[in-house]
Amino acid sequence: MISLTINGQKVEVEPGTTILQAAEKLGVFIPSFCYDPDLTLVGACRMCVVEVERARNLIASCCTPAGEGMVVHTDTERVHEARRANLNLLLANHPLDCLTCEKTGNCRLQDYCYLYGISETDFSGERKDYGFDDSNPFFIRDMNKCILCGLCVRTCHEINGVGAVGFMNRGFDTKVSAAFDDPLEDSPCVFCGMCVDVCPVGALVPKQSVGKGRPWELATVKTVCPYCGTGCGLELSVKDNEIVGVKGDTSSPVNRGQTCVKGRFGLGFLQSPERLTSPLIRKNGELVESSWEEALNLVAQKLRRTRSTELAGLASARATNEENYLFQKLLRTLGTNNIDHCARL
Amino acid sequence: MYERHILICAGTGCISSGTISVKDALENELKKHNLQDKVRIILSGCHGFCEKGPIFIVYPEDIFYCEVQAEDVPELVEEYLIKGNVVERLLYKDPTTDMAITSHDEIPFYSRQKRQVLRNCGVIDPESIDEYIIRGGYVGLENALKMDRMGIINEVKSSGLRGRGGAGFPTGMKWEFAYRSPGDKKYVVCNADEGDPGAFMDRSVLEGDPHAVLEGLIIAGLAIGSDEAYIYVRAEYPLAIQRLKTAITQAEEYGVLGENILNSGANFKINIKEGAGAFVCGEETALLASIEGERGMPRPRPPFPAVKGLWEKPTCINNVETLANIPLILRKGAAWYSTVGTESSKGTKIFALTGKVNNTGLCEVPMGISLREIVFDIGGGIRDGKKYKAVQIGGPSGGCIPEDLLDLPVDFDSLTAAGAMMGSGGMVVMDEDTCMVDLARYFLSFTQSESCGKCTPCREGTKRMLEILQRITKGKGEPEDIPRLEQLAAAVKDSSLCGLGQTAPNPVLTTLRYFRDEYEAHIFDRRCPAGVCKELLSYYIDSELCTGCRACVRVCPTDAISGERKEPHTIDETKCISCGACFDRCRFDAVKTK
Ligand SMILES: Cc1cc2nc3c(=O)[nH]c(=O)nc-3n(C[C@H](O)[C@H](O)[C@H](O)COP(=O)(O)O)c2cc1C
Ligand code: SF4
Ligand code: SF4
Ligand code: SF4
Ligand code: FES
Repeated sequence: MISLTINGQKVEVEPGTTILQAAEKLGVFIPSFCYDPDLTLVGACRMCVVEVERARNLIASCCTPAGEGMVVHTDTERVHEARRANLNLLLANHPLDCLTCEKTGNCRLQDYCYLYGISETDFSGERKDYGFDDSNPFFIRDMNKCILCGLCVRTCHEINGVGAVGFMNRGFDTKVSAAFDDPLEDSPCVFCGMCVDVCPVGALVPKQSVGKGRPWELATVKTVCPYCGTGCGLELSVKDNEIVGVKGDTSSPVNRGQTCVKGRFGLGFLQSPERLTSPLIRKNGELVESSWEEALNLVAQKLRRTRSTELAGLASARATNEENYLFQKLLRTLGTNNIDHCARL
Repeated sequence: MYERHILICAGTGCISSGTISVKDALENELKKHNLQDKVRIILSGCHGFCEKGPIFIVYPEDIFYCEVQAEDVPELVEEYLIKGNVVERLLYKDPTTDMAITSHDEIPFYSRQKRQVLRNCGVIDPESIDEYIIRGGYVGLENALKMDRMGIINEVKSSGLRGRGGAGFPTGMKWEFAYRSPGDKKYVVCNADEGDPGAFMDRSVLEGDPHAVLEGLIIAGLAIGSDEAYIYVRAEYPLAIQRLKTAITQAEEYGVLGENILNSGANFKINIKEGAGAFVCGEETALLASIEGERGMPRPRPPFPAVKGLWEKPTCINNVETLANIPLILRKGAAWYSTVGTESSKGTKIFALTGKVNNTGLCEVPMGISLREIVFDIGGGIRDGKKYKAVQIGGPSGGCIPEDLLDLPVDFDSLTAAGAMMGSGGMVVMDEDTCMVDLARYFLSFTQSESCGKCTPCREGTKRMLEILQRITKGKGEPEDIPRLEQLAAAVKDSSLCGLGQTAPNPVLTTLRYFRDEYEAHIFDRRCPAGVCKELLSYYIDSELCTGCRACVRVCPTDAISGERKEPHTIDETKCISCGACFDRCRFDAVKTK
């Protein structure tokens, strides 16, 4: 174990623990933009800097391992000065349209400016001026709001493995983009939307949420994705019984927050007026709504009259493993092995 | 038997001023006079005095001709080689006394230097391993092969050698970390990125004495227990790359590189990796990322490369000049090596001396020499009899040193204490006509465009500092700009991820420290004391000199100039935008600035 002192309090941690994690253990808050324990630590945003005695410069606590006997201060004037300068610089290059920004209320840039009392920037001068990328049906990329924390880039490379976005250019012109700055639609992006979840600011916005409500107006509902047998956990944002946002559920052991395009952006059918909500039975050439009881009776009746050699079953990829298991069990009991699955089509 | 050897410098500088045509002309002339068997032509490495190139030295007499062009060759052959009359007009002339100097040792530019690392540059044929060996080459390697790893490391440690790549980290200690770091595979990397604008010592060593760097690398490999090295060299150095490739092939043929080096059982392979030439790729972790095929962006340390470097293996990274010192230490011993230099900085350092001095070029001096000696003795003082103002040391990451610190001994620690740094050894001398605000602006524009964009303080902070400096040099500075700059500079220095951002504010901080009055003059008096910042100049017409030719009237974009033909004109200050068009146009020097 390694023992160190943070703001005068002693703490013991496993070797390899970062200063930030050690501080968390003590309940000491350190702000961060680019830090995510599931991704490579890059030390890019410098919001998490702290003062370590005898070190020449401020130290990024998110990516620096705690050292034996280290004496750390997280809230000195020097630290605050650097964090304020950092926020000041970010604001100088960020559109201040919080009133209409989708991210308001859930934006870390806003939160930290509030925390450090930064209401406007000290610097005038050039700002980024990029066009929107809304080439795809799922989310908008507004790189004018990007603070270049790189979380989306790392998520796409390290979690998804697609690597659709990366950094281009240098210095002030640095930008997150797909190869050749093409629209995302023309890149290898699979629109899993995981980058959207990690973005700390309003640079990546799901189209389904635009104008649909502020975070504090939304209820969160945990559910399981209806699309396939994997059973990813989802967190729905719901307002007035309408789904206005979907995120991966990080507490789900199945997907730990990861999703694919269908679960994330494909739940629109739930609210479709054409969605079937009760069974249909063809009567005199017309499909007519019926009750479950009537429909199931009809199926049972027909099964009874069918010889097993004439029977086959087609299961759905949207059903869970357990449901599909029961389905094949049922058909085998009825004497047929002819069972197939729509995912093959 | 040759009676004479002629060395023509074939460094990049001299090649661009005509070496190849001089060599062709000389070959022709020698044939014409049937001297081709008596005189041997050698294309040598850089002599460091590129400004006077092409350099042409005749041995054994050691006659130093400079700025020789192809058309001068017939005269040199006819008059000197045949008749024995020195061609005076092609000799070097001392800028202060105007006396011609024949021998290269008597030229003050050379006589005050201590050429240890550059001992072979300009002396041997860099494409010949034999010439390197005759001058004591690969003896250091032989000695190292007789020692154990800690033996080599201790020798380097006690030599006191510190890294020449910028930070001055003790080389032996770095080797020991890499040696003690557990790993089945280890790498040695030579940093030949040389991104400081104006610095070219590493290029000159690679071009002029490539085997010295190879020998240093092989010894480093032996010391830390590595069998493979990378040389990361920018693609803009094609000649250096070609000479390195030749040297690697020769070293392999001679058995000092490759499998079973000199029958010792040790193996060593050297790869060359060409970089695309980004300043930040000289930073060691960005350099490693670049070799791995990633975008050249620095990574946080720890882990240090000695623990987790190239492909996560323990890696020792050293600069070209650092490595070129190693063969000397292993050949002559640490005790010999440490006789030169100061208490904390041993050996010599090569500087690229440029700017407003009479002699510009590469000079190698003992650590601890004063700046005054470099600027006034080696550099021959300030050009055109102007006044010294400052010298910028350490390139864009360094700082400027004013006149009252001229007696500062040049070593790692005193430069850092003065707010500058050794850096890679760029040295730009400025005279009274240099505006220090404009200078800071220039360096900031460099660091801003070279920032990798990864971390906020450097990416955004250098941009805002640059904008403030631009504003001040345009006469739009605000009184709050000075404290704003100071605050920002402190935050960028204190919280940036890598050395680029941590040092980028240095030019601003040192100019503010030593030349604050110039900032104030720009901001409060709307005046540029050096007369550099165009927008701050005001123009008037000297009525004695003006002929009334109306040339200026036609170029003025704001119709600020009026006057009758053939009568003196005047400038309406309220309309003038200080563009300087009239100043450039007037043939009678009648337009003046104040
Ligand atoms: C922005 C930046 C640029 C650098 N450029 C170079 C370079 O061009 N050449 C070099 O040898 N070292 C350069 N360095 C220093 C290297 O990171 C590293 O310290 C050095 O190569 C170590 O070698 P040494 O111990 O032999 O000096 C640079 C550092 C920074 C922060
Ligand atoms: S949606 Fe998924 S695949 Fe596309 S850029 Fe984002 S993380 Fe990468
Ligand atoms: S888009 Fe968002 S997640 Fe990606 S780098 Fe920018 S701020 Fe970070
Ligand atoms: S200090 Fe500058 S160059 Fe270094 S990592 Fe940060 S942005 Fe990149
Ligand atoms: S959170 Fe540590 S540098 Fe970004």
